[in-house]
This record gives sequence, C-alpha cells and structure tokens, in this order.
Amino acid sequence: MIFVPHATKLRPPLDERQIKRLRVGDFVSISERIITARDKAYARALESLRSGKRLPLDLRGAAIYHCGPLAMKTRGGWQVLSAGPTTSARLDSMQAEFVELTGVRALIGKGGVGEDVASELRRLGCIYLAFTGGAGVLAARAIKGVEKMLWQDLGTAEAIWVLRVRDFGPLVVAVDLHGGNIYLR
Amino acid sequence: MPLKNEFRDVVVEMLQRAATTLPKDIVDAIERSRKRERNKIATVQFDCMLKNLELARKLGVPICQDTGIPIFFVKLGSELDLGFDLVRALSDAIKRAARAVPLRQNAVDPLTGKKSNAGQPIVHIDLIRGKHLQIDILIKGAGSENWSRLYMLRPTDGQAAIKRAVLFAVAESGGKPCPPTIVGVGVGGSADVACLLAKRALLRPLGTSNRDRGLADLELRLADAANEFGIGPMGLGGRTTVLGVHVEKAACHMASLPVAINFQCWAARRASARLVDDRLVVEVP
Repeated sequence: MIFVPHATKLRPPLDERQIKRLRVGDFVSISERIITARDKAYARALESLRSGKRLPLDLRGAAIYHCGPLAMKTRGGWQVLSAGPTTSARLDSMQAEFVELTGVRALIGKGGVGEDVASELRRLGCIYLAFTGGAGVLAARAIKGVEKMLWQDLGTAEAIWVLRVRDFGPLVVAVDLHGGNIYLR
Repeated sequence: MPLKNEFRDVVVEMLQRAATTLPKDIVDAIERSRKRERNKIATVQFDCMLKNLELARKLGVPICQDTGIPIFFVKLGSELDLGFDLVRALSDAIKRAARAVPLRQNAVDPLTGKKSNAGQPIVHIDLIRGKHLQIDILIKGAGSENWSRLYMLRPTDGQAAIKRAVLFAVAESGGKPCPPTIVGVGVGGSADVACLLAKRALLRPLGTSNRDRGLADLELRLADAANEFGIGPMGLGGRTTVLGVHVEKAACHMASLPVAINFQCWAARRASARLVDDRLVVEVP
C-alpha cells in the first residue's frame, strides 16, 4: 500500500477558500468528479467561449485532468483501463485563458506548467496538482464510473470524459496560490 | 522459419508483454532508486510507479494509457528465406494487439491530426550475415519522445560539448519526459544515424555499460552529473533523475559532430524475440 501522510480530501466543485489552504508539497486526493481535457478539447472549448457560446457543461470550480484515457467499450458503457496524466505544458499557450473563461479551480497533470502560466494560475485562483506519469492503472482504479463523454468526434483520447472518482491520487500540490512552485525548488 | 501467422502471433505476444509489464532490469533499477530517496514526495512517486506495475501485471492491462507507437528493430539474416512479407506481418500484429491488449489509437496524420497509419509501422531493418533473425520492440510514448534533441556540434569542442548537450537536454526537459529516464545518446554518424543510435541505445538493458571503455566512462559520468540536478522522479525533486545514460557512437565526417538525444520514460517498455531452431521465441528480460 502507498503510505501518504495527511492527504487533504477535495470534493469539487471547489472554491478559492478550499484551495488557498493548500501549500506546495501537500498531498491531496479527489473524490466525486474530475473532467478530462487535453489539446483538442482545450482548443474547441476556447473557440466556443471566445465567441460567447456556452460549453455543454459547467466547469466552475471543476478539477480538470490532463489525460487521454485508454478505455474499452462494454455493454454498459465504457470501462477505463489506463488513465495516467499527459504533459500539461503542451497546453500552456491556452492554459490561462481556459482557466479564466471556465472558472476551473484545479488542474491535474504531470511535468508542471511554465513559470508565467503558474503566476497566471495564481492570479486566477487555480492550483496545479501533479499525478505520477505512467501510473495509468493506479489512476483507473480510482475511477468508479464514466458519467458522460462529450465531443467524442475528437476521438476517445481527446474527448472530454466526466469521471466519477473516489480518492483519486495521491496528488501533490505543485503550484499553490502563495507563490510556491515545486518545479522551481 | 515460422509461418506468417505464427510469426504474427509471437509479435502480438511481444506487444502485449511490453505494454503490460516492464523488464526486470528496469523494475530493479526503480526499486533501488526508491531506497536512495530521502524525501517523502519522491518515495511516494516511486511507490506509485511500483504499485502501478503490480496492478498492470495482475490485471493484464497497459501500464500507461499512452501505449505509444511501436518501433521495431529487426536484425535480418540475408540468407534467411522468410516466405512472407515481414512489414505486413508486423503491421497485422499491431492491428491484432490494438484490439487484444488493447492499445490506444495514437497514429494520426501530422498535418490534419486525423487517424492515419500511413508510413506505419516504423521498422528499422539491419541486414546481417547468415540465417539469424532478431526482433526488438520499443513502445515509445510521446511524453519522452517530444524531448528528443539533435545538436550538430563543432568537432573541436569535443567531449566537453557532448556532455554539455546531454546535460542541457536533461535540464531543459525537467519533469516532462516522466523521469527517472534512460537517456539514449548517439554520437557521430550523420544527423540521421545519430538519431537512430540514440534510440537504439535505449534497447540496451540497464546495468550494462558500453564495451568501449571511453564511452562506458562517459555514460557513468553523465548519469552522475544528471542526478546531481535534483530534478527527481516526475520532476518533483529527488536524487534520481536518470536511471542510466547509454551512449553509442559511429564514425563521422571530420567537420561534423552530430549528437542526438532520445529520452525513455521510466515506463521503459520493450520486448525481444529471436529465432531459435526455426521458431521465433520471446525473451523474458
């Protein structure tokens, strides 16, 4: 078993007060719901939001997971087999605008974001949480079900997955709201 | 020589094995690295990696959702009569494995981003003497591949420049290629050959150093220097940034010094098979 001392349990939707308590290096786990988005979903979401359209789901206070799951279609729907994080920095040019226009409060990924993006996230009241890259099966085990999949035409890896999770983690607070950035230590 | 279907099924088994388990040298290196770490965040990263490997093996599902793009290295005896189309057999094996394992559809057209298999699979064939056949597979995810680098250095700058290039690439990539990584370095040849040498260097099991004493020494010094950065597992800080550095070289033009770098993430998925008594046999590393 993985022993993690004092993991803070988060249940999105999150507000600023909840994430302000967290400091770089803290361990966190998430229950209830996380929503995946990567390259193409970010781009499409921004295109909609810029032209004043609404997204098909409300992302205020949400935890966004940079992930393109490997899943298998079953009779009852989808079974997520492996779902580790993808490189967050690939989305850096879209990150701040995405967070600002959606009201997302936590990004989950791997490898961190650029320094300028980290300060933008702070200003917008959004933390960055790191999950172990490559730990796809460990992640999938915390996924208890697929609520829905949106924008499936982007492909299953690029679509938005709304996932029901229990104790998703261990996540490490890598960028906090107090100027902390684990990648600069 | 095995029949085409037999051959294809062995390659499916290789892909299955590579996607769901790691070779022993890699697991051992991860376990040893975990013991050396002194900070809790680093040990938790290693615990997650090891727990994930245990789950993947037990459930028979891919370690990482990025099941990569398989890269084949084939040593083909020029006197061997295959009796079937090798590349087509490999391609059929990927299609089967994609359903059976399953593997994520990763191949797309580079311009339109639409699903495409044009130019796939990637197969590097080396013609060798005799009737031998060996197949090595690397399952290469994009996270580590994206940090590949090619430097055309000045020959007069020599080894010091090679070291700077490798260490710069490690520092620049930070936590993004999923460290601890294996760093493949190709020196010399030409721009294309250096890149291939760097990738081929990743096939070598950890703990084996180059037969060339100069290169073996360079490998150790680069690994020590890279680990001094403190980037640590997943870039979250720690003593282990690389599991190893593997350098390969080839002669090159006197006015050139190509140095290519290819990163392999900690989930170093590979498989090998070779011909034994007319049967293709999977090796369990």
